[in-house]
Amino acid sequence: MRTVYAVSGGVSKFAKARPDKTFPAIVKEAYDYAIADLGLEHPQFRELVDGTVASYFSDHFARQLMAGIIAQDYLGMCPKPSHRVEGGGATGGICFQEGWKAVASGYMDICLCYGFETMSHVQTWKGNEFIALASDVSFDYPVGGFYSGYYAMMVTRHMKEFGTTVEQMAHVSVKNHMNAYYNPYAQKRQKLTIADVRAAPMVAWPLTRLDICVMSDGAACTILCSEEGLAKLEKASGKRIPRVKVSGIGRGTDAMRMADRPHQSYEDFLKYNLLPSEDTPETRKYYKDLWDHGFRYPGVHSFRAGRMASKEAYKNAGIHDPLGEIDFVELHDAYTSSEIQTYEDMGLCRYGEGGPFAASGKAFMPGIDYGLDLPEKPVCPVNPSGGLIACGHPVGATGLMQAVFAIWQLQHNIEKHFGTPELQVPNARRGAIHSHAGTGTYVTVSILEREE
Amino acid sequence: MADEKFPTRIEETLEGSVLFNVPFPKGDDLSGLKDMAPIIIKQSYSIEYIHSYGQDSPFFAGLANGRFLVTREPDTGYTYGTPRGHDMYTGKETEWVEIPCEGVMHAFTVCHFGSEEFLPECPYILALVEFEGVNTLFLARVVGLDPAEASEDWIGMKLKGRFRLWSKFKPTDVYFYPAE
Repeated sequence: MRTVYAVSGGVSKFAKARPDKTFPAIVKEAYDYAIADLGLEHPQFRELVDGTVASYFSDHFARQLMAGIIAQDYLGMCPKPSHRVEGGGATGGICFQEGWKAVASGYMDICLCYGFETMSHVQTWKGNEFIALASDVSFDYPVGGFYSGYYAMMVTRHMKEFGTTVEQMAHVSVKNHMNAYYNPYAQKRQKLTIADVRAAPMVAWPLTRLDICVMSDGAACTILCSEEGLAKLEKASGKRIPRVKVSGIGRGTDAMRMADRPHQSYEDFLKYNLLPSEDTPETRKYYKDLWDHGFRYPGVHSFRAGRMASKEAYKNAGIHDPLGEIDFVELHDAYTSSEIQTYEDMGLCRYGEGGPFAASGKAFMPGIDYGLDLPEKPVCPVNPSGGLIACGHPVGATGLMQAVFAIWQLQHNIEKHFGTPELQVPNARRGAIHSHAGTGTYVTVSILEREE
Repeated sequence: MADEKFPTRIEETLEGSVLFNVPFPKGDDLSGLKDMAPIIIKQSYSIEYIHSYGQDSPFFAGLANGRFLVTREPDTGYTYGTPRGHDMYTGKETEWVEIPCEGVMHAFTVCHFGSEEFLPECPYILALVEFEGVNTLFLARVVGLDPAEASEDWIGMKLKGRFRLWSKFKPTDVYFYPAE
């Protein structure tokens, strides 16, 4: 496999509705920003780019089959090769990895990945219905198909197994909304308290409206290239492009119906799912104690797909101690509860410790006053951008938005793009992006690193 | 906001007037067109699917006859609370087994909001139900509990199933209520 660089990206303003433009024109905003950041104009980039990957989730939202080719056409990318990817909420993360594959395999030197979703074209409850169609239409959807309900069921089990509290979940909401306060691309830039989160209207017990991301219209794109591609881009732009390398990718899956998720034995967990960082006598004993008290893996409280994606990505990137070796994570916080579950899947803490980890302060940004009494200092900021909860979640764009923010972090360019420096993770050298589809069915983890 | 006693906003709806024309510059000067607000129209889309339950059909026939069926891998005995035609470990075809429709609440939520189809039913309780000797779960509605009193203490509660008299051939033809 060849080395792949993530050299540039662009994000449209995420908003509840963008009636001012059609979806290809919103993609064009993100694309124009990405090429301008490279110092190129469209005719130059068009000459150099080898092909593209298109990312969008729902034909229902678009009410347009083959929307990908419309974006390809509008961007002026015809007749170059392209294909559309779809994998629920992980569509953007899958798109990024398909772009990586195109470059790593030698098929392309320069690949453009673009994604979008226009969710405002139906009313919120109809949007909920479209999203719920991403659950089994024979056994899940007809019972009361509602994604927030599915995630709420998972977290009630998490609470029962581990004692996770709604206040710990609310810490995630306060953190992500406060981070977004400094992110001009974010849809919800709010200073909140734990009490605000709990007092918000209940959507699916125990998740309130402030525990849940919103629907959005938006687009994002990233440009990936090989060393040869980088040389071509630098020659065309006449400037040196900061090196951000994609040092490893991983992907995992799990059963569509949550009801079908296995309840594995301790031995199978050790064999298939334990991270190398967890392979110590103390942690083995910790997990054995959990099993002795009735814990089974993954059940409905944990995302095995997220664990397997992390495990594979860490192996490929040579990461042994995720919390110590990753400087920040942009992860798929469609719900505050799923951010907590994902801390555990990614090995930022052990299974069962996600709640206390959320309230510890370790996942917060340094230098930002959250109005919370946090016992520990930031170690690995999670969702410094504000995540899905505050930035918005135009599904096909989301995973690529995470990649763009990660590229800017690693280029140490957050101030340039956000117009304010608060969200720059100091000395960011390595970041992880995590994209997650419905109830943990497809999950991607990609590791990006700054190369001096 | 749904919980406001006296809302200060009227809900937006999709009814409207039929419009056959809009203002447009009369002369040759088209420079103002880029400042025009977008034209937004309603497009309807509805469809009826001919959906087959295929190999899962006996489950729904069972519900219609007041019998709760699960599927089991014949050699390993791995049993699916939501039926599957084939086992995910051995790849073998499963067989149908009837079990008592009694279980335990494994996880739950109260939906106060939802998809358009289910909005009129809010608030409703969704639960994953576990059964004795069955390896996986079943998603169902639970009734007979106060949605306003949701508590994680509900988890572990014994549940009994009840079959709808007039089947709708949906998984909701069985629903659960507290056994005690």
